[in-house]
Amino acid sequence: MTLSGETETQAISQPAGPAVVEATKLGLTFETGDGPVRALSDVDLSIGKGEFVSFIGPSGCGKTTFLRVIADLEQPSEGTITVNGMSPREAREARAYGYVFQAAALFPWRTIDRNVALPLEIMGVSKAEQAERIKRTMDLVNLTGFGNKYPWQLSGGMQQRASIARALAFDADLLLMDEPFGALDEIVRDHLNEQLLELWARTTKTICFVTHSIPEAVYLSTRIVVMSPRPGRVTDVIESTLPKERPLDIRETPEFLAIAARVRDGLRAGHSYDE
Amino acid sequence: MERARDKFLPVTIILAALVVVWYVGAVMLNAPFQRDLDRRGDVTRSTMDFVGATLSQPKPTLPAPHQVARNFFENTFLRKVSSNRSLVYHAWITLSSTLLGFAFGTALGIAIAVGIVHFISLDRSLMPWIIASQTIPILAIAPMVIVVFAAIGVTGIIPKALISTYLSFFPVVVGMVKGLRSPELTHLDLMHTYNASSAQTFWKLRVPASVPFLFASMKVGVAASLVGAIVAELPTGAVAGIGAKLLSGSYYSQSIDMWAALVAGSVVAVILVTLVGLAGRITEKMMGARPA
Repeated sequence: MTLSGETETQAISQPAGPAVVEATKLGLTFETGDGPVRALSDVDLSIGKGEFVSFIGPSGCGKTTFLRVIADLEQPSEGTITVNGMSPREAREARAYGYVFQAAALFPWRTIDRNVALPLEIMGVSKAEQAERIKRTMDLVNLTGFGNKYPWQLSGGMQQRASIARALAFDADLLLMDEPFGALDEIVRDHLNEQLLELWARTTKTICFVTHSIPEAVYLSTRIVVMSPRPGRVTDVIESTLPKERPLDIRETPEFLAIAARVRDGLRAGHSYDE
Repeated sequence: MERARDKFLPVTIILAALVVVWYVGAVMLNAPFQRDLDRRGDVTRSTMDFVGATLSQPKPTLPAPHQVARNFFENTFLRKVSSNRSLVYHAWITLSSTLLGFAFGTALGIAIAVGIVHFISLDRSLMPWIIASQTIPILAIAPMVIVVFAAIGVTGIIPKALISTYLSFFPVVVGMVKGLRSPELTHLDLMHTYNASSAQTFWKLRVPASVPFLFASMKVGVAASLVGAIVAELPTGAVAGIGAKLLSGSYYSQSIDMWAALVAGSVVAVILVTLVGLAGRITEKMMGARPA
């Protein structure tokens, strides 16, 4: 992914590998009391294997909705979408993805280990293999030694890491993350961003990441999808020119700032902030 | 410790105030009869003497606290528990049907709640009837239930327990419906992303989430159950139980006995509610709840 950003302004961009998520003319309209709301309109997007794609935009731009459509938590009203070549429903039934919510959503009556084990129990994984996978994923998110704690005994950042471990536990190749660090403070967030990149490099997973932080999107992604509201649509897709190895201070480099500026321009163009 | 002391003082103050009001009330309510008595016996008393007399009548309109306390103490601790005069004996009779009815009521309540949460048709068809059932005065149907069951040869503890069931299933239904529906949307979405079956969602999410609601409604249920058991003893000529004790006390104007039985009933209620609360706290602690 070392394409120059300048020639890549069109909404459709071709990823290198086979498509993990492929959306064509995707639209979704919510029927509300005040009439229909177009949450997504005409979204064309293809996400390749091993990519880290961020979705950024103001609230109401449909970034979370798009993630939920991939996860079969919402049904599109028009267009088509495939996940690993299947319908989202089939993909969900095949347990193709792990989903990380904005809140850690850990079960308070389970210890961290048992929370990570939850999807494994549901999927009928043997006890011995559960233990092995819990250990592996807890190591991966640097929570070794906290397995017997209950969620309330952990800080917000640790809880969110536990929920990432839970999403990784069943070895899905696709990780869907909906503003996972939105509720955390800046320093914890920086730290988790660093760890997430490291984890991504080690596991070669495909990650779709919703955020409304420009630095976070630029720092993490190989590709940034800029969206705008009313109706929710993609206004720009930016290929990152940053190297795969990214120390935190890469955020001071001119290259980083240039990409951030382009994201900001994209956000401004798609949305009038005078409303 | 800190919390026990914080509670102790306010509770004691209220208790002391109640006792004072009670004594004043006892003097005022028992005074007319005492005045009547003294006039007929041609007795003249000093004020202090008169007050003392109002507080030591054998069948007072309102017994003084110390009279009730003495009666309660004698009939609880000084009698053999098998004696017909022992409050422990009567409390046990009432308690046994309370517990049986409470067990039925809780089981029935949970079963109905599970049905209501899983089948929308049950939600629509059953809920109005359940609410209507609680508008029927229990005093009106208790004798009928006892008589109908006696007619088909069922007597003893079962009909009494059914009255308790009738009163205690309702809070459990309401609490458990709320509890089983309490999981957050995110948790339900999470289970959906795992493609969990509804049985898995039920056992791994809905049931654990409903536990605090279950214990809260069981606290209400167990108290209602006790009321049901006492009410079931009242109109049926029952020979034993707190309700029977209240009834015989009122037949023979044994007001002190009645009050002592009432105290025994409240003690049983306090013990039951405390035990349910304790069981709830222990369960929640075992489920990793944050200590309050």
